[in-house]
Amino acid sequence: MNRNFQDEFSNSKITQMLAEKIRDTARKIKKNVALMEVCGTHTVAIFRSGIKSILPENVRLISGPGCPVCVTPNNYLDRAIALSRSEDIIVCTFGDMMKVPGSSSSLEKEKTAGEDIRIVYSTLDALKIAQQNPDKKIVFLGVGFETTAPTVAFALKEARKEKIRNFYVLSAHKLVPPALKFLAESKDLKVDGFICPGHVSTIIGTKPYEFLVREFEFPCVISGFEPLDLFQSLYILLSQIQKKKPEISNQYLRAVKANGNLKALGLMDEVFEKEDSLWRGIGTIPLSGLKIGDDYKEFDALTQINVQVEKSREPKGCLCGLVIQGKKTPLDCPFFARKCNPRNPIGPCMVSSEGSCQAYYKYGQVKDSRRSYGSVYRTLACVILAP
Amino acid sequence: MCLGVPVKIVQIKGNEGIAEFKGVKKKINLELLENVKKGDYVILHAGFAIQKMEPKEALETLKLFEELSGFGNE
Repeated sequence: MNRNFQDEFSNSKITQMLAEKIRDTARKIKKNVALMEVCGTHTVAIFRSGIKSILPENVRLISGPGCPVCVTPNNYLDRAIALSRSEDIIVCTFGDMMKVPGSSSSLEKEKTAGEDIRIVYSTLDALKIAQQNPDKKIVFLGVGFETTAPTVAFALKEARKEKIRNFYVLSAHKLVPPALKFLAESKDLKVDGFICPGHVSTIIGTKPYEFLVREFEFPCVISGFEPLDLFQSLYILLSQIQKKKPEISNQYLRAVKANGNLKALGLMDEVFEKEDSLWRGIGTIPLSGLKIGDDYKEFDALTQINVQVEKSREPKGCLCGLVIQGKKTPLDCPFFARKCNPRNPIGPCMVSSEGSCQAYYKYGQVKDSRRSYGSVYRTLACVILAP
Repeated sequence: MCLGVPVKIVQIKGNEGIAEFKGVKKKINLELLENVKKGDYVILHAGFAIQKMEPKEALETLKLFEELSGFGNE
């Protein structure tokens, strides 16, 4: 047996059986239910698994705010762009940030214009660049949730240990549970259950979600990412709804422990401090972000490097903010698949490979509506023009 | 962005390990975990092992599927 379990968790026979159970349970529920997959990696995994095609009519999956690129405010990007324009600064970033449009430019455009912006796979790569370029300041764009924040915390600790004094982080780290609380409290949220993030949970464990059941009685399941994981998680959620017994189920048992990863959490605590944080399209959520704490302030690009930042503007008419709150789908957006597409994205949900707009675009939801209009017109034209 | 890949640790040197995934080998950092051993499976994210995978728990989940489906005897 290949014990990384990817193949075992993709067994089609068992998937079919689970699909049957999902349909059975949904039938018994006898009302429409909307389930939110909070995490962008789940959004993509769901599309790729084909699970949407077997969903009964009364079950709808909607994407949530768990796409870090999508919720990073424009102002942060504008600052990163301004930093990249300084002669003595090299900006290091994960690839996803490159195409996100800021108010008047993007990192990709700046790179094309000759600024030194480098895509890295890991914070450790950025540290290495700092060591190799002692006469430059290296600014790493710290974007991501609890999964990524510990790796950034580790890099800062390492920078201190190795006396690397030209390494900085511009932190836009965000925390998932406060965003879930914000959504749960939102009056117009029409969600009947949450598929909670798998890899965020490997770090934070299962306990930070308990308020969702205790205070709001939301059914919840922490899910893995393979097809069987997703099918089983859906079945678990629907069963909770049917039995009216909301709880936090941990489907991703093989990687998520109740207490999470204490070492990683300790590192985050040591380096970061919680702060109120602006989520693009949503607004400010109390104590939902991580800034670099006082003890590590010499590494904070926000306070240590002065730079003129342009006044930020959000793209007009873009519905990303409502899409990541599950209040609209990409198909509701007038720009979707027209003016806004992966080559020319208007909003961040179309840029990120985990954004729901890009997932809708890539994995065929478009076919059901806009693209199929194209084929209807073509067929009509053929009929009319035929001799 | 929270993408994680299950990989097998095939070698350990100090706080670094060599991880293997479908034949590809890569150096990864093990500092976020305690007591990683050669042969362990871990979730790899952005160059770091962020959590150990528990084969026992995985097998239990798989067994549950089999029971649900009645494929257990196959």
